[in-house]
Amino acid sequence: MTVSKIWVLAEATDGKVATTTLEILAKARQLADTVEVVTAAGAEIAAEVGAHGATKVFTVGGTDGKLLGAPIAGAMAAAIESGNAPDVILMATSYTGRDVAGRLSVKIDAPVITNVVDLVESDGRLAGVVPIFGGVTDVSTKFTTDNVDIFLIRPKSFAAEESGGAAASVEELTVPDLGATGAAVVTSRFVEEKTGPSLDEAAVVVSGGRGLGEKENYQLVEDLAKLLQAAPGASRAIVDAGWVPYSYQVGQTGKVVKPSLYIAAGISGATQHLVGMKGSKNIIAINKDAEAPIFAVSDLGIVGDVHKVLPKLIEALQARS
Amino acid sequence: MANLVAESEFLLSVLSEPQSQGMLLGMNVVVCVKQIPDPADPGALDPQTNTLKRDGKLILDESDSYGVEMALQLVDTAGGGEVTLVSMAPNGEVSGLRTALAMGAAKAVLVSDEALAGSGALSTSKVLAKAILRAGEADLILTATESSDGYTGVVPEQIAELLQLPSITFAKEITIEGNTLKVQRQTEAGYDEVESPLPAVVSVTAGVVEPRYPSFKGIMAAKSKPVDQVTLADLEIDPSSVGWAGGGQEIVLVAQAESRAGGTIIEDDGEGFQKIVDLLAELKVI
Repeated sequence: MTVSKIWVLAEATDGKVATTTLEILAKARQLADTVEVVTAAGAEIAAEVGAHGATKVFTVGGTDGKLLGAPIAGAMAAAIESGNAPDVILMATSYTGRDVAGRLSVKIDAPVITNVVDLVESDGRLAGVVPIFGGVTDVSTKFTTDNVDIFLIRPKSFAAEESGGAAASVEELTVPDLGATGAAVVTSRFVEEKTGPSLDEAAVVVSGGRGLGEKENYQLVEDLAKLLQAAPGASRAIVDAGWVPYSYQVGQTGKVVKPSLYIAAGISGATQHLVGMKGSKNIIAINKDAEAPIFAVSDLGIVGDVHKVLPKLIEALQARS
Repeated sequence: MANLVAESEFLLSVLSEPQSQGMLLGMNVVVCVKQIPDPADPGALDPQTNTLKRDGKLILDESDSYGVEMALQLVDTAGGGEVTLVSMAPNGEVSGLRTALAMGAAKAVLVSDEALAGSGALSTSKVLAKAILRAGEADLILTATESSDGYTGVVPEQIAELLQLPSITFAKEITIEGNTLKVQRQTEAGYDEVESPLPAVVSVTAGVVEPRYPSFKGIMAAKSKPVDQVTLADLEIDPSSVGWAGGGQEIVLVAQAESRAGGTIIEDDGEGFQKIVDLLAELKVI
C-alpha cells in the first residue's frame, strides 16, 4: 500500500451516507492499509461505511444546529495533535468538505490540494491529479511537508463499491472549545422542491446557456428535459444572470455531471462549464458559433440557432410520444 | 503555527468590538477581491514554474463583484460606514481594484511582493488575514466562494480561522439586525438560515445580487481613492512562510488529459433537429 492510514470525512443526510463519501472510500481502501472515517452524522453510519471499507468511525458530537466546519476541524486537529494522525485526509469538494478543510489547514498549518479527480502514487506519497484549462491539462501535485496531506476530491471521480466489510467500530472525538469560531448556528432549513430527476443522478441532462438570449427561453430547455425525462441544467452565465437558481449550475462551480447523454443548448463551452460535463458519455451541442469550444467535446454538434433547432426538436419528440 | 494564532489573537483587538443591540450606526465591510487574467483569454502555464501566467493585464474577478455589491448595499442600509477592499496581486496591479473602487468602495489595501509568487490558498489566506487587520475596524468580511482562476474554495474558511472568527460560506442573502448577522446559506437541498454574531467572515455565492456598473463619476472618483500598497515586510510576514518557499507542495507531472474523439459537426439547414432525433433513437433515449 502507498500509505498506512487515511481518514475520510463522511457526510450523511438522515443517516444515509453521501455518494461522494462512498466514492472516496472506494479509492481510499486501494491506497491505504487502514481507512477510518470522521463524521458528525453519528454512530448510525458505522454499518454503511464499514461495508465500504472503513474500520473505524470517529464521531464528532454536539454539532446539532451548528455549521460543521469549525467543530469537525477542531476535533480532527485535537486528535492529530494528541498523536493520532493519519497520513492523509480526504474530503469531498462539498459545502462541508471545503469548510472543514479550510479550518483544519490553518489549525495544523498544512496546505490543501483541491479539485482532485484522481490520486496517484509518487515516490511513496500520494499526488493529487487536478484538471486545469477545462480539463485539457492534468497537473499532479504532492506535498513536501512533514504534515498530514489534505486533499479535496471532486464528486464522481471514483466509482463507489462495497467491500463487504463489517460494521466499523465507533470512537468519539472530543471537540475543543471553539470560541467565536463556533458561533454560527442554523435557525431553520428550507428544501427547494424540484420535480424530475436530480442533476447528480439523471441519465440525461439538458442544459441551457447565454445563447438562449433571454430568461423566458429557458422554458425550451425545461420542455426538452421533460420529454427526455432529463434533469435541466445551466451554465454559470445564466445562473449569474439570475435566470435559474444556483442548484441548476453545471461546472467547476456547481455540479459535476456524468450522464449517459448531455445536451448543451446555447452554451459556448467555457472552461468553467467543460470541467463539469466533459465526462458525459455522449454530448450533443447546439450553438450558433462554429468556433465554440463546446464542439471540441461534442459527439454531435449542430451549428445553428437554438431558437430554431429546439422548437423543431421538441415538436418532433412530441409527435413521437 | 502557534505563533501565527497568537499574533492573530493579539491583532484581533483591532477588529470591531461588538456594538450594543440595535445601536448599529453604520458598518465597515472589508471585501477580499482577486485580480485575475481575463477569463476570455486562453490560459497558459509558465513553462519554468508550471503556475498560471499572470503577467498580462488583470481584471476584477467577476465572482468578487457580487461581494462588492453586497457590501455597498449593506453599508447603505446601515446608514454609514465604508467598504474597504483587500487584494494580493503581482507587480502592484491595481486595474481590478479600480473597477471595485469605481463601484463605490472607499479604499483598498494591496499586498504585492515578489516572494508571494507561487502562493497557494494557505499562503494567500495568511497574507489576506494580515491585510484585513491593516484595513482597520471591520464588522464584516466578505469574499467570493472561490476565485475564477484558482478556484480552491478554501480561502474564506482559512481567513476566518486565522482571525478566529465565525464564518458562513455560500451566502445567498445577508441581513444585519443589531449585532446579529443573518444569512441564507446555499445547501444541496435548498438553503439554511444561519445566524452569527459580528464580526464574521461570509463568502457570497455568485449571481445573488446585480453588481452595479460603475458610473462615469465613479470611474473618475476611483482614480484618486487611496490604495495602500504594502509588502510582506509591512505586514510582518516572513517571506519563507509563503509563496514557493512556504507552499509545501511540488508539481510532479503536467500531462495532456485524455481528449475526446472529435464528433460530427454540421451546419443547421433547418433539418439539424432530425440528426439529434436520430442520435437519441440510436442511444435508445427515445
